[in-house]
Amino acid sequence: MKSKSELPKSKLKLDRALLKEAGIIAGIVLFLAVIMPLLIPAFRLKLLGRFLALAIAALGIDLIWGYTGLLSLGHGIFFALGGYAIAMYLKLNGPEAPVPDFFSLYGVSELPGFWRPFYSFPFTAIAIFVIPAIVAGLLGYLVFRNRIRGVYFSILTQAALLVFFNFFNGQQKLINGTNGLKTDKDVIFGMVVSSDRAQLTFYILTILFLVLTYALCRWLTSGRFGRLLVAIRDDETRVRFSGYDPTWFKVLVFAISGAIAGLAGALYVPQTGIITPNAMEVAFSIEMVIWVAVGGRGTLVGAIIGTLLVNFAQTFLSEEYPAVWTFFQGALFLIVVTVLPDGLMGLLKYARSLPFLRPKLITYPQLEENPEVQQEREEFER
Amino acid sequence: MLQLLQSIFDGISIGSVLLLSALGLAIVFGLMGVINLAHGELMMLGAYTTFVVQNIAKAILPEFKPTAEAGFLGNAIAFVVSREMYIFYALIAAFIVAGLVGLALERGAIRFLYGRPLETLLATWGVSLILRELVRSINTLLAIAIALFCLLFFGALTVLRRNPIVVPRWAIPANVAISGAITFVAGLLMANTKKDFFVKPWFSARNVDVTAPNWLLQEPIKFPLGAESFPLPRTRLFIIALTILCVLGTYFFLNYTDWGLRIRAVTQNRSMSSCLGIPTAKVDALTFAVGSGLAGIAGCAIAMLGSVGPNTGQNYIVDTFMVVVLGGVGNLLGTILAAMAIGTVSFLIGSGTLVTLSQPIEALKPLTEILTFFSTTSMAKVLVFALIIAFLQVKPAGIFAPKGRTAEI
Repeated sequence: MKSKSELPKSKLKLDRALLKEAGIIAGIVLFLAVIMPLLIPAFRLKLLGRFLALAIAALGIDLIWGYTGLLSLGHGIFFALGGYAIAMYLKLNGPEAPVPDFFSLYGVSELPGFWRPFYSFPFTAIAIFVIPAIVAGLLGYLVFRNRIRGVYFSILTQAALLVFFNFFNGQQKLINGTNGLKTDKDVIFGMVVSSDRAQLTFYILTILFLVLTYALCRWLTSGRFGRLLVAIRDDETRVRFSGYDPTWFKVLVFAISGAIAGLAGALYVPQTGIITPNAMEVAFSIEMVIWVAVGGRGTLVGAIIGTLLVNFAQTFLSEEYPAVWTFFQGALFLIVVTVLPDGLMGLLKYARSLPFLRPKLITYPQLEENPEVQQEREEFER
Repeated sequence: MLQLLQSIFDGISIGSVLLLSALGLAIVFGLMGVINLAHGELMMLGAYTTFVVQNIAKAILPEFKPTAEAGFLGNAIAFVVSREMYIFYALIAAFIVAGLVGLALERGAIRFLYGRPLETLLATWGVSLILRELVRSINTLLAIAIALFCLLFFGALTVLRRNPIVVPRWAIPANVAISGAITFVAGLLMANTKKDFFVKPWFSARNVDVTAPNWLLQEPIKFPLGAESFPLPRTRLFIIALTILCVLGTYFFLNYTDWGLRIRAVTQNRSMSSCLGIPTAKVDALTFAVGSGLAGIAGCAIAMLGSVGPNTGQNYIVDTFMVVVLGGVGNLLGTILAAMAIGTVSFLIGSGTLVTLSQPIEALKPLTEILTFFSTTSMAKVLVFALIIAFLQVKPAGIFAPKGRTAEI
């Protein structure tokens, strides 16, 4: 809602801030997309691409946890659904077409019906978002409708995760069960998926979609909708008393978050070369949450930074000492929750509040710029 | 008919394991609204304690050989001091070990997080990771290092707190750093001795096996039913009896002791109880310790059913949560009903008993097909989850919903 009191001056300021942000993002994108491939070896670049894909999922988690206060421990479902969607498309268009090899192992000669639409790329491209969104929306509706929330919601999402894990694990004849789908040798738009060119394309695509997702989340969280989400997080009962029905907002935001996770999965899988039901392990979904927590919940930049930091730490530590990493990860959960509840971004804010770094104190800028308040103040001083 | 009875018995025995593990979780959740993701690992610790006690018993206690000349009393005494009794010592030890770890967990992390249940979820997950890895990689070196660190850190803390001066804020991080450094150096020194004694893992990552004592492994008891009969394995019966004992014990503890009264008061209204002079912090610590101790006993029970590994707890944890969600908060009867329902239904579906029952009836053909699709253990979980979600549509707060203002969690 735009109030009449909003002056062009403040709008100009806002525009300038947005422009500055866009400039910084463009700089980072250029750095990642152009300079990084020259700087680091292909192996590390692939790793970076994967982590950037995970950062997309982290943005989705931040949207529902950081802003709406819903802790989902089941985002692996949506991640895996997106991943399976693209893997099925790749399988059907690879050298194993028309019926992927593994089916013959289980004596299935005809392609199961639900595979068929994945021949077409447009369908797959839509399914990557829409299937996770529908699943999330449905699950969210059934849960939120009854005002089930808090810890209950978290447990139910975790149980749902386990159910999907069991389902995908058990259905060899439909989806190759535990072995998952390998996409390395498949072909997409005339490129072998594991070739350097295709990998670079996926890397660039990941950066692009990360920026798009960031922009989407930024747009969602900055307006009225975002304020409503925060209101639901802070006091849902009061939101309800104010005449809103939080159910639909929660369902919507959960579905969006699911779609984002699906996208992340679809970008992650070709860069990894395989999707197995392990993407729906309990541990992986909780790890997603800790990335956001490390970076700082409720800040979008924090989610991305946290994901990259934790994953690179994991790579470097677990390459050398796998046992140490698990201890470290456990400690990370404990420390972030007890000592650093606002994550690294919170730490940054704290550092800024130190005496020698403190910027000029500004309180309630909207009050200072509000002409009515100004007028009243002048009248009062007179 | 016979098959149905047999399956129901098996279902109940699965349900009783679930109930045993959910009991502690339900109490803690009812009191503090905290979901303890490390509950499964506390069970795992209980199972490992059973393993250790069994090995010690094998090493030091004599075998039990009934002799005719000793008479009934003599035999009974010989039985009590033989290794056949180890399971009872293991139960006590498991309760104490898991309870102490739970107490440390509550004092060390969870008490800082009251009112932030979602964050407790993450913190306890961190603890569960650490416990799992600890069991995998613990060796004498690590054990000594942990003991040394605790000794230095808490010793220094006690000395500091005893001083009349106010402890400055930087003292605690400094304490952590100094104790850590000393421990690290000591650890390096020990590791440099290259003695196998220090670095050999105690359990390794492989699963360990616990064998139930002989008197539980004997012939199953036959349950007569008309002309036929079906076997009831003794281990299962023992677990069912153990569960009943634990439930009764918890019931009496909550309803007929002073601390039980306090726990119920805090569950109903924390701030009012605090105003009336109930030491809520102590109540929390006690409840958490008792809940964790019950997890230890559950671990002892699952150790008898199969081999245990560092990840054993993970297999039970989600089912246990579902029991708590379905049963409702702070209600023992709800927990019992939910555990039995989930156990029986998932066994009936998973074992295919329902399929064989509905097959002869022509009218139920579509149902038979659906049931056949879900008739494996893992697929049964899928259907049971769907049923739970469906049930929560009717009763969102579980079988027995808490009444009044406590309903808002």
